[in-house]
Parts: sequence; C-alpha cells; structure tokens
Amino acid sequence: MENFSIKLKVWRQKNNKTQGKFVDYDIDDLNEHMSFLEMLDVLNERLISSREEPIAFEHDCREGICGSCSMVINGKPHGPLKGTTTCQLHMYHFNDGDNITIEPWRAKSFPVIKDLVVDRTPFDRIIQSGGYISVNTGSAPDGNAIPISQEDALYAFDAAACIGCGACVAACKNASASLFVSAKISQLASLPQGQPERDKRVVAMVDQMEVEGFGHCTNTGACEAECPKEISQEYIRKMNWEYHRANIKG
Amino acid sequence: MKLYFSSKIFQKALAGLSGGFLVVFLIGHLAGNLQLFIPGELGQKQFNAYALFMTTNPAVIALSYITYTTIILHSIVTIYLVFKSKLARPIKYHVSSGNSNSTWASRNMAFLGTMILIFLIIHLRSFWYEMHFGNIGFDKWGNKDLHTVTVAAFQNVYYTAFYILSMLMLAFHLSHGVGSAFQTLGLNTSKYKKSITYIGKGVAIIIPLIFASIPITLYVR
Amino acid sequence: MLDSRIPPGDLSSKWSDFKSKVPLVSPANKQNLDIIIIGTGLAGASAASSLAEMGYNVKAFCFQDSPRRAHSIAAQGGINAAKNYQNDGDSVYRLFYDTIKGGDYRSREANVHRLAEVSTNIIDQCVAQGVPFAREYGGTLDNRSFGGVQVSRTFYARGQTGQQLLLGAYSALSRQISKGSVQMYNRHEMLDVVMIDGVARGIIARNLLTGQYERHFGHAVVLATGGYGNVFYLSTNAMGSNVTAAWKAYKKGAMFGNPCFTQIHPTCIPVSGDYQSKLTLMSESLRNDGRIWVPIKKGDTRDPKDIPEDERDYYLERRYPAFGNLVPRDIASRAAKERCDEGYGVGSTKMAVYLDFKDAISSLGEDTVRSRYGNLFQMYNKITGDDPYHTPMRIYPAVHYTMGGLWVDYNLMTSVPGLYSIGESNFSDHGANRLGASALMQGLADGYFVLPYTIGEFLSKDIRTERISTEDEHFVKAEKKARKRNETLLEIKGTKSVESLHRELGKIMWDNCGMSRNEKDLKNALVQIKDLKNSFWSDVFVPGSDNELNTELEKAGRVADFIELGELMIYDALDRNESCGGHFREEYQTEEGEAFRDDENYTYVSAWEFKGKDKEPKLHKEDLDYKEVTPTQRSYK
Repeated sequence: MENFSIKLKVWRQKNNKTQGKFVDYDIDDLNEHMSFLEMLDVLNERLISSREEPIAFEHDCREGICGSCSMVINGKPHGPLKGTTTCQLHMYHFNDGDNITIEPWRAKSFPVIKDLVVDRTPFDRIIQSGGYISVNTGSAPDGNAIPISQEDALYAFDAAACIGCGACVAACKNASASLFVSAKISQLASLPQGQPERDKRVVAMVDQMEVEGFGHCTNTGACEAECPKEISQEYIRKMNWEYHRANIKG
Repeated sequence: MKLYFSSKIFQKALAGLSGGFLVVFLIGHLAGNLQLFIPGELGQKQFNAYALFMTTNPAVIALSYITYTTIILHSIVTIYLVFKSKLARPIKYHVSSGNSNSTWASRNMAFLGTMILIFLIIHLRSFWYEMHFGNIGFDKWGNKDLHTVTVAAFQNVYYTAFYILSMLMLAFHLSHGVGSAFQTLGLNTSKYKKSITYIGKGVAIIIPLIFASIPITLYVR
Repeated sequence: MLDSRIPPGDLSSKWSDFKSKVPLVSPANKQNLDIIIIGTGLAGASAASSLAEMGYNVKAFCFQDSPRRAHSIAAQGGINAAKNYQNDGDSVYRLFYDTIKGGDYRSREANVHRLAEVSTNIIDQCVAQGVPFAREYGGTLDNRSFGGVQVSRTFYARGQTGQQLLLGAYSALSRQISKGSVQMYNRHEMLDVVMIDGVARGIIARNLLTGQYERHFGHAVVLATGGYGNVFYLSTNAMGSNVTAAWKAYKKGAMFGNPCFTQIHPTCIPVSGDYQSKLTLMSESLRNDGRIWVPIKKGDTRDPKDIPEDERDYYLERRYPAFGNLVPRDIASRAAKERCDEGYGVGSTKMAVYLDFKDAISSLGEDTVRSRYGNLFQMYNKITGDDPYHTPMRIYPAVHYTMGGLWVDYNLMTSVPGLYSIGESNFSDHGANRLGASALMQGLADGYFVLPYTIGEFLSKDIRTERISTEDEHFVKAEKKARKRNETLLEIKGTKSVESLHRELGKIMWDNCGMSRNEKDLKNALVQIKDLKNSFWSDVFVPGSDNELNTELEKAGRVADFIELGELMIYDALDRNESCGGHFREEYQTEEGEAFRDDENYTYVSAWEFKGKDKEPKLHKEDLDYKEVTPTQRSYK
C-alpha cells in the first residue's frame, strides 16, 4: 500500500526547562514498508523544508539492538508489536487514517531532554554501582577452565539480552527499573564467575536503583509484556531473592 | 544493609508477608463463619458460643491484636509505596493501554485495598463493635446473641449486596496479591511458579466465594 | 616517512619479544599520564578499561547517550579465536594464514600474526567477565564454523555476539568509571585533535546536550571511532556512525590507509524505497541452506512461486560450481549486482535477488530449517511482512565494513606522534577483505591486549611532560576553529537538508565507488563530489542553534567530512589499478569476469597524506613484504 495517511500527535518540548505540549501533524504520503522511524524522518524532512525544527528522537543502530529508541506509541513503549523495538516496527502494522500519539518515556528518573529524547544515565550509574565482574585484563583463566551448564548459560543469556532501552520503566505504572536491574543481577549471579561479588553486587545495585528514584515493583508484568527482548519477570524474582538473601546474611 | 529496611523491596516484602498473614486470618475467619450455615437453634447456639470464645480466650485476643496490627501495617506500607510510586512518574501518559500488558487487578491493588479497608471498617462496626460495645441481646443459653444480629443484617438487600461486592473486590485483590507476594519474596521460582499461580487463583476464588455464599444463604433463608 | 616499526625476528616471536622489551611506565608515573579515548565500542571500551586498570588516567568520550550503545553491539555472527577446542587442527598459524588469504594479501603479516596470537586471550577475558557464550551440554564452550573456513573457531552468543562482548567491555569500563579511574563523557563529539609541537595533546569536544565546546588535554589520544561505511548513506552501520574524528586526525597529519577497501555484505534486506534510512544485515549463515536465483526472463514480474524450475537461474551455482552459494562475500555481492544491472533483478525496485529455502524445507523439513534460521526468518518477516517459509527472501548486497582507516604502525600509532587508532577505525589487519567473525576479534585484541602494551613505548618517554593547560593557545585556536565551522554551517541557511545532501553523496559513492569501479566513472564521480561539496557549503540548511541539542548540526558536520572522505576514497580507487578483495576494478578482471590482482605492482598499503584544502592528497606506499605466506590467486570455480 502506498500513499496512506496518518494523523500524528507528538510531544514537543524545547528543553527540560520549558513546558512541553502535543503538536498535531498529518502525513499523507507514506509507504507501508517504511519503518516507524523512517516515517518520522519523512516528517522531519518536511519540517526542515518549511524551516521548522525537526522532532528530536533517539535512534542509532535501527536494527533493534542498541537500545537507543525510546518512544511510547499509543500508550505502548516501542509501539503495538510484541518483542519489537520502535526501529523494527514498520508502518504496515498501522492502517490508513490511524491516529498515533507519540510520547517520550515518562519517569522522574528519565527527565525529558528535548521532544522525545530522555536522559537514561541512571541506568549507567546502576551498572557502575556493581553490574560487573571485577577481573582485570590479562588475569583470566582459560575459557574452558570453569564449565558452565548449558542451562545456566541459557538462563544468564536470556537476562543478558537486555538492551537497556528503558521500556520496562516506561511501561511500569510505577516507573520501576526492576526488570533492567534484575536482568544484570541475575545474569551475573547465575554464573560461577559472578559468585565472589554476588551479595555485594545485588545490594549495591538495588540501593543505587533506590537512590535514582525509580518506583517499586508491583509485579503487574507490564515490563515483561513490553520488553522488546521479552525478558522474563523471573529475573525480578531472582533479584528479590538475592537481595533478601544478601541482606539477611549481612 | 543500611538501606535494607528503607528499600522498596523490603517494604514490598513486608506488604507480602503481612498480606500472607491476613490470608491465613481469612481462612480461620471463614472456618468460623461456616457455622452460620448450620440452620435453626443449633446454629444459633454454636455460633454464639464460638463468638464468646473468640472474644474472651486470651490466646485469641492476643492473636486478634496481631491481626489488627498486621492490617494497619499492610495498609501503611502499601499506601506509603503507592505514594512513592506517584513521585516516580510525575507526568502521566496522555494515552495509556495498560490492559494490553497487565491485568486490571494488578494495576488497581491500591483501589481494591482501599475498598476492602472501607468494607472492613463497616464490617467491624456491624459485628465487632456490636459484640463488644453494642446493645446486644442474649440467647437462651446466656450468650451474647451475635447470631441474630448477623442474620438480621443480611436481611437487608443493600447490606448483603455491599458484602458480596466487597468479596468481589477481595477476590481481585487476592488474585494478584498472593502470587505477587511469592514473587516479592523471591519464592516464585520456575519450578513452583505454576503451582503458586494455581494456589493464588484458587485462594482468590474460593475464599471470597464461600464468604459471599454465607450472606446469600442467610438472605435467601 | 612511513615506518611500520615491525619488530625484528621470527614472525612467531615478534610479539613476545616486543612485549618483553617494550619500555614500561612505573605505577607512580602512570597516574600522572592522561589518555583520551574517543569511542566506546569494543576497541574503545576495552582499551579504556585496560589502561585504567593499569593506572593511567583515562578520559573516554562517546556521542551516544551511553557507552553501551556503540555499534559493535549489532554484530551478529561471532568472534574467531585459535583455541582449537574442537580438536580440528586449528592453530595460531592457521588463523593467521586464513586472515592473510581472506584479506587477499594486502595486510601486514606481523600484525595479523599478533592478532591470531592474542585471539585466545580475548575468549578467556570475556568468559571471566561473564559473557554468556554458547556452551555444550558438558559445560564447555561451543564453536561453529563461519565464513567458509575449514575449522570451527567461531565463539558465539546466539546471534548477538557483538552485544554480549560489548556489554562485557562496557561492564569493565563501568567498573573503572565507578572507581574514578575513567572519566566518562557521554553525548560528546570530538571535533578536533589539538596538536602541540607536532604531538597530539588533546581534543576539542562538543557537549551535544548543551552545545558547549570543551578542551581536554591528554598525553596521548586514542581514536576508536569505528568505520566510515555511512559515506554510502545506506549501510548496515548505525545512523550515528561517522568518520569525523578520524577525518580530523587525517587533516592534522595522520595518514589514511587504503580508504577504498570497503566490504559489501551479500545478504542484506534490499532497499524498499527512497525513504530508506538504513540497511539490515541477514547473517551470512543463510547461504548454507538457501539457494540464490533470479528469473531467466528479464523483468519477470510473476510471483516467485509461479516461476518453474527451468525458468530460474541459480547464477552462483552456475558460475562457481565448486563453491556455489558459499562463495566469499565480495564474489557473491558482485554476482548479485551483475544480474540486477543486467535487468534480471526482482522485487518492486528490481534491485534484489531471491534467496530460496524451498529445497531446504523439502529436504530437511520445516522444523530443521526453523531451528537453524528461525530468528532470522522472524526478523525478515518483521521488516518485510513476507514469510520466508513460503516465499523466497529478497536480498541485496549492502555496505557493511570498511577495511580502510587511519594508517597505523605496529604500535597502532598513526603517523602523528601520540595519536593512536584502534579497531575498525584503523586500516587494520584485514587487508582488502575481512573474514566473518574477525571484526570483533580485532577490536578487542587492539583494546585489551595490544594497545595497553604498545602505548607504553610512547608514554615511557613522556613521563616528564607536565599536563598542559587547556588555556594554551593551541587549545584556544582549535576550539575557535571548531566553533567557527559550526557557526558557518548554521549561517548558510540554504535550501537543502543535510539528509538530502548525504543521500546524494551516497548515490555518487555507491554508483561509482561501490561494488565495482572503473576509471571513467571514478573520474566522473570526482567531479560530482566537488560539485556536491560546493552545493553543501553554499546551500545546506541547518535549523536551530549551536547551544542546544541539535541533531541536524551534528549530522551536518559529519556529512561535510564524509564528502571529503568520499573524494579521498575515489583517489585511492583510481590509484589501485587492480582488483583485490572488496576493491573490484572492471578494467582488471580475468576473461571469466573474476578479480585480477596485480601483486607485482600493488602489494602495498596506500597511505594518503592531507596536503591542504582543495589540494590533491599525496600517496605514500608501505610495501608489504610476504615472508611467511606466498600470495596466490583465489579461485572458487
């Protein structure tokens, strides 16, 4: 299908000091094979040609892995398609004449920088608080020295697939970062290499999550449902367990 | 460690544990209420004797104070958490489509809890208060006649309907709450996840259903 | 002028000898030495963390909102290492040999051998960091064969190896950030190298959030800024991938090596329209079971399912009976282009060929095909809406990797003292063509295991150099220049968007300096690029200002550099009168239409020196001396 049209309602905000508002745009020369971001590119080209400021939005790899894109489309982070980032969403999932509302991630911890761009550095700080295994370059034993069962490796991998986009925070009614934080904690806690720092890590990372001001987890499951990598709530369970365990052990 | 008690995970665990205790309380309460199914004088005698026991036995009295405390704790912790969560998202979404990613109950635990709390206050006023401080008659065995108070209350169609509606709220509250508590405590492992889900749903359906069937029986009878 | 500084001695002992003799910097002195690292992909993040662990003061910069988003994250296939865990006869020598041969004999033996040597350490390091590589049931690491080599030496983590390796390096970097030994500057773009007395001593960066220009001093500057595939506008690179940092270095005297060596990956999802912003790669493992064909009739618009067997041209199987659909990347890509140029292409744009799994499904069963390629089929389906189980995929080659980059010596130092280049941003170890699963290997080798040693040779002589104030006139001047350039871009206020000019550049490059090149077109392209450059600097429109987040301004600066780079690539392609690896000159082919390499005259690295604005760059040649392997002509017939 070519030349189909949509009505967009997009959050525009000059910077974090000014108030934002929704602005309506009609686009009517779309091709169904465009990606959602290419649709925005087309709109931006049009805005530029009429000497207006283009819509700022975060994007980079455009193949669903860098975790840059961050917009809530019709109330859903990354849009209507399950297990898909915005950049992998194509316009044929929409219909001619659809109304589409685009908003930035909404969370106190992710303040809007401009339009649809938000500041996600709290995620970096949480990883810095302990989301690593302390091993200096050159001090590693042979890769096969520690066998790891396929089961544990898969469990760790499913958690490690997190792209750090923040859709979990955006989807959660409490803006909780539990899925993101728990994925890293669980990945490292389920591997033998992660054992020495296991307790220290979970306490440090959860405490940092608290400091950053994210909400609490009420286990609604919205994060898992909207996660573009479909990361399971099981990891939140694991994080809770690890956190209680580490604190009770003292 | 310094942050453990102030952490939201700990507070959630507190909510889960207190909720779990309250479920146990509900089961006990329900077991007692089952005596209301016994028809006629026998039912009246047994229920009133039971009411007397429950209000005078020192162990039960101690347990009841623990229960009151738990209810208050459960309410305060959860209200505090809700308050905190509101701070985490100061600007709401213009469009939200929560139904597509989560259950209604899971998103409305605070509302359901508040409704249950209101119910609880009215419920206590109707029966607990009457039993302790009300001008209540005696049955022919000399016990305070709570049975008659109860039967009379459920002759009122509005009161009965309110009770049933509240049980519906409880059902939804438990449908999310039980499983959620296990998850928060980290016990919802993949091995037991299925069983926990079934137990959670089972508890959510069976307890409120039996509770609700009592006023219906009394009303119809 | 060009000194590759390859250590003497036997090929196999050069690196260990070098390591034992390279001067060291004492711990007390390390803390007084500042190192600036631009880019936080595999090379940058691994270098930053390793150098910080050693005790240096590191300042790391990335233009993304987080170091974790660097484009290394998108690599799918895997990482090679000569571990020989599969007991199939692999060795450091074999990995070295395969890489030299795969590079069509245009890389340095000593560098490639070192790469093969340290490859094994990389796996150990990553495993220790918690990278969840695929494993066998017994718990040991799993390997697969990749890119047509005879051994299974590729380590992988599903189809997300790059992501897992990058997150490993990012975690190591994060650890150093938390310790304060790395200062991380997110959303910062390097706009110039600051040179003092002929040595790189710092950079000018722009804070992309506030638009502020910042001066940063470093005793050494390391560029780990990735490849420049986006000069073609459409590529599998990320939207932000750019050449700017490397280009500024070039203009400050760092030579640019082999700029025309570009890798075109044969299996990408084709362009669907002129709004297209980026191309998506489909793993080349698909060619193991898929058959590539086009209709025998020109302009056949029938549904592929309705085209009978005898009206299909399985052109790779026809032309290369020995390797069939598994010919190397460059050959498969050119063959697809040839068919489409002749008018046999399929799909709405006619610039695609079919990759058909019909036979695989009927012989192996749909379940087996699903287990092998399920996630790729799903990805294809997500993007195109077509179901590859029932209709053939449409694929077309796309720019994927650039073997060229800043010329570096054995120490990975550019021709500017104190300025290093690692990972894809240097002209690298891949010669004229890179083998699958070798990019990740090189990025991490450079960052974890090579640069931390080799940089000591320069820094050990620099321990007496006091930190230079950023109030120094060189810094002030460089900042002024960077600021002026952005102001100029904003003041032009022409009619053309940056995007449209970039698209024009991409078309010129793709049509004339893409999969196949010839003198006439290249010369023509040189004229077109000059016109484009004029058009850019007179008619570009950049909205907004430079004291805010302004993505158009960022893009404008990058595209301006790409235009200049395009010109240099064409000079290089014109100079190289031979066909080798990713560089195919139509004039230099065999009678059967295969690449004709000219070892007698072109066994050298082209290193281009900037001679000034609007002046032709000067070519320096680093002769390649093959002592260990004898170059042979590749044949896949």
